[in-house]
Amino acid sequence: MGALSIRQVRKSYGHTHILKSIDIEVEKGEFLILVGPSGCGKSTLLSMIAGLDTPTSGQIMLADRDVTYAPPKDRDIAMVFQSYALYPNMNVAENIAFGLEMRKVPKAEREAAVKRVAKMLQIEHLLDRKPGQLSGGQRQRVAMGRALSRNPALFLFDEPLSNLDAKLRVEMRAEIKLLHQRTKTTTVYVTHDQVEAMTLGDRIAVMRDGLVQQLGTPEDIYTRPANLFVAGFIGSPAMNTITAALGKNGLMAHGVQLPLADDDLAAIRTGQVSDVVYGLRPESLRFADTGLAGTLRMIEPTGPETYAYVDTAVGDLVVRVPGHVSQAVGDNVWLSWDTRTVHLFDAKTEARIVAA
Amino acid sequence: MLPSTQQPVFDWTRALLWAVLIGLAAFFLAPLYVMLSTSLKTMDEIREGSLLALPHAISFEAWAKAWSTACTGTDCGGLAPFFMNSVKMVIPAVLVSTLLGAINGYVLTKWKFKGSDTLFALMLFGVFMPLQVILLPMSQILGYLGLASSIWGLVLVHLLCGLPSTTLFFRNYYAALPDELIKAAMLDGAGFWRIFWRIVLPLSTPILVVTLIWQFTQIWNDFLFGVVFSSTDSKPLTVGLNNLANTSSSVKEYNVDMAAAMIAGLPTLFVYIVAGKYFVRGLTAGAVKG
Repeated sequence: MGALSIRQVRKSYGHTHILKSIDIEVEKGEFLILVGPSGCGKSTLLSMIAGLDTPTSGQIMLADRDVTYAPPKDRDIAMVFQSYALYPNMNVAENIAFGLEMRKVPKAEREAAVKRVAKMLQIEHLLDRKPGQLSGGQRQRVAMGRALSRNPALFLFDEPLSNLDAKLRVEMRAEIKLLHQRTKTTTVYVTHDQVEAMTLGDRIAVMRDGLVQQLGTPEDIYTRPANLFVAGFIGSPAMNTITAALGKNGLMAHGVQLPLADDDLAAIRTGQVSDVVYGLRPESLRFADTGLAGTLRMIEPTGPETYAYVDTAVGDLVVRVPGHVSQAVGDNVWLSWDTRTVHLFDAKTEARIVAA
Repeated sequence: MLPSTQQPVFDWTRALLWAVLIGLAAFFLAPLYVMLSTSLKTMDEIREGSLLALPHAISFEAWAKAWSTACTGTDCGGLAPFFMNSVKMVIPAVLVSTLLGAINGYVLTKWKFKGSDTLFALMLFGVFMPLQVILLPMSQILGYLGLASSIWGLVLVHLLCGLPSTTLFFRNYYAALPDELIKAAMLDGAGFWRIFWRIVLPLSTPILVVTLIWQFTQIWNDFLFGVVFSSTDSKPLTVGLNNLANTSSSVKEYNVDMAAAMIAGLPTLFVYIVAGKYFVRGLTAGAVKG
């Protein structure tokens, strides 16, 4: 039994179905990420866990207690909002202590909690200031402090880093991770940023159109995406995909034969799949002396690695190369890859084809 | 802006602008000036001098008479009792209608329910409704309630008629207040009233001031309800002023009339001067996202 169970949760407004049966179990101390494009229902699901919204049907359990219709204050949950939602009329210390005050914690204990949290987040020097006098990063810390002060059973984050600039976002991301390692509080974290999802999560639920597309560890999600959507959503630059058909000689795309491992070929045959999407991560591709011929069309250096866009007979492919690329735009190049790094999907159902 | 080294040049457009502004200000201030200077003159001086002349010697006799001995009808007690009636009426009516408006606005924006938008639309009718329409039904209701002709009856009428405007003010102000603030407070364990007292109301200073000024001015200056729903003991100041000015005696005492009008107008003038800057700030709040 987990710390949080979401069972067959649905949400509809008339004929619009926001969530179509969600089942997720979160273990105690786990860091779960809900990730997906906007409109996938991840924020609605988070609101329901918080008690700010109720499902049309289904159940939400917190440590064996049915809280589906319980008000937020009876759930022992703390939440960090995208806009931080600090109370502008209270100073930092009052903001942090407000939740404790509402729960009738004695003053001495409240002050101790404020001190402990302020020290943990290094905001001791800001306690007397109003939120309006703080920078974005400081507000973010105070918002986390407010959530931490109560030692909640469950932590919720709703895109907490979206309002920060790129550098601060990386810093705060690391801090959230460190904080979780230290406190081991069960956490549900909503984001649309796949890097946040990969770096922070113990497990990731990739959502689209009110359904969980895949629930697994970051490694699972990245190396064995369950379908074409997950494959395309996680990873940047996105996975290269080539639509191919099964012929007598194996997989053919635009007259080019695509190399396949024997067990993959067998899986396609047994599954009787006719049209296949052949996926290659940009880092699986490398420049070679032979292989798939193409022309180098564009180079994007990022410093530690370079993205090379190659125009080939099967379409444009992105290659991720460590360091810099010695070839120049317009050069003829050849690409090769290991057949074990290939991802195969059924073009019709978009599901992953799993080798036996 | 001109560089500081450059000599300022005489600018015709600017001079014209100043002339127009000063002219308009004088135009609007002239009645106040006439009232004030006339109220400080003696009757002899008023008969001899011109309307715009300054008083030779300042005399507060007219003010004293208007306050305590001038006749309104058959009763010659001055405006003092009427002033007290107005104070007794305006304070509860303003405070309660403002507070209820704040609660209404809070509910209509942060605790929406089925039909809350329709309810608000219906309340808006109250802002535009001509008040003469309610005179008869209201006097009947006041009769049923046993409040007819009393100050409390006037308080109730002003409270009810003020609610649409106060609700409108607060609803529009709270619509700009982020919903996440309320959600955060709910997760922190605060309920409906605690969120209102601890978070929403402390953030409402500008709109509170606007509403207080607005309601004060409306209720203090009201004549219609005052004359319809009051009796001898409960007449507000506006009715007293009217009676004072209309009581005919052998001579028309302009200085007393002017002093009485000044007494009636001073409280609103005072409120505007003290809280005026909040008024402008509150009216434009939310128009530009800070």
